[in-house]
Amino acid sequence: MAATQEEIVAGLADIVNEIAGIPVEDVQLDKSFTDDLDVDSLSMVEVVVAAEERFDVKIPDDDVKNLKTVGDATEYILKHQG
Amino acid sequence: MSKIKARKGAPYARILGVGGYRPTRVVPNEVILETIDSSDEWIRSRSGIETRHWANDEETVAAMSIEASGKAIADAGIRAEQIGAVVVSTVSHFSQTPAVATEIADKLGTDKAAAFDISAGCAGFGYGLTLAKGMVVEGSAEYALVIGVERLSDLTDLEDRATAFLFGDGAGAVVVGPSEEPHIGPTVWGSEGDKSETIKQTVPWNQFRLGDVSKLPLDSEGNVKFPAITQEGQAVFRWAVFEMAKVAQQALDAAGITSDDLDVFIPHQANVRIIDSMVKTLKLPEHVTVARDIRTTGNTSAASIPLAMERLLATGEAKSGDTALVIGFGAGLVYAATVVTLP
Repeated sequence: MAATQEEIVAGLADIVNEIAGIPVEDVQLDKSFTDDLDVDSLSMVEVVVAAEERFDVKIPDDDVKNLKTVGDATEYILKHQG
Repeated sequence: MSKIKARKGAPYARILGVGGYRPTRVVPNEVILETIDSSDEWIRSRSGIETRHWANDEETVAAMSIEASGKAIADAGIRAEQIGAVVVSTVSHFSQTPAVATEIADKLGTDKAAAFDISAGCAGFGYGLTLAKGMVVEGSAEYALVIGVERLSDLTDLEDRATAFLFGDGAGAVVVGPSEEPHIGPTVWGSEGDKSETIKQTVPWNQFRLGDVSKLPLDSEGNVKFPAITQEGQAVFRWAVFEMAKVAQQALDAAGITSDDLDVFIPHQANVRIIDSMVKTLKLPEHVTVARDIRTTGNTSAASIPLAMERLLATGEAKSGDTALVIGFGAGLVYAATVVTLP
């Protein structure tokens, strides 16, 4: 069953916590991965690959650069999840 | 149809000796920052690189190779005349004809050893090792010398903030020879030419001859730039970490061991973040020593694995007889992984 927006944000929070050590409660829709969450361009790839596995979604490299905020990623996953 | 007689070499092959050469000039990040808008902290956090070595005019591809090879031959305890083949992997020897391997074979004092260059980017060491193993077992060379050598400073765009800090120069060599037991596992290798755009030279050499400078890149002062290596960082990172971890696992499986049996992991020194992420993805046990030579050597492409191997043995972090997983990956895209016993 497809994940809800709430489940996706919670999942992304777990992933960002695991990769960048940011507290899960800091991972909110309006937060920028690079500016607010200490996720640089390489960590972002790790976040994306973990999100792909968790939500059964493919996020090609060309699309990764458009995912600036947690909201962008959540919307992308909602739209593309299998 | 006549019957053709075959030749049989050694039952198996192993690495008998390793040697490295690092150019005398050590280049700290401060020097890189003279031409790009970045910071020491940014370079270290994105790549792990603190310093790299850049070759001077005397430290040519041939000269560095001869130095590294001399050490590898001494380490193997053989004489240069016993070497039957010299395989050189490089992408930064600019006199393409003849192959630089012939000059190296001659200056080392081999007895007319077969000598040739190969181009397999950062997987070049594994490609050369696979060829050498085949020669020793087939019998066309009792001992084969494999050299990975680069002067990547010649192919670096010092104004590109994504790559200016990345590359270094150096040479690493190993002697491969006969063994009664298998000490080099099966190679897991391949290419993915559909991803050729992710790491490449900015412009082909012949673009300079065609006379149309409008297609050539210019530097900040409007001068035509020499070709350089560029890459799509995120795409390379994803492929290197996640696809190459699968290849590394396949090499362990092919050798009939698990990561618990490993003593050492020597991945191509592309970027410390790739190395750390691979270690995590492969779930390597704590006891495995991981090569992180990139910190003070930079990315030396084909030279990085033998250079890292030599340093681990020299510092005592690894010892002769240890079981090591080696994996190279890079422009092509190409890759090669295998398990070896350290010399």
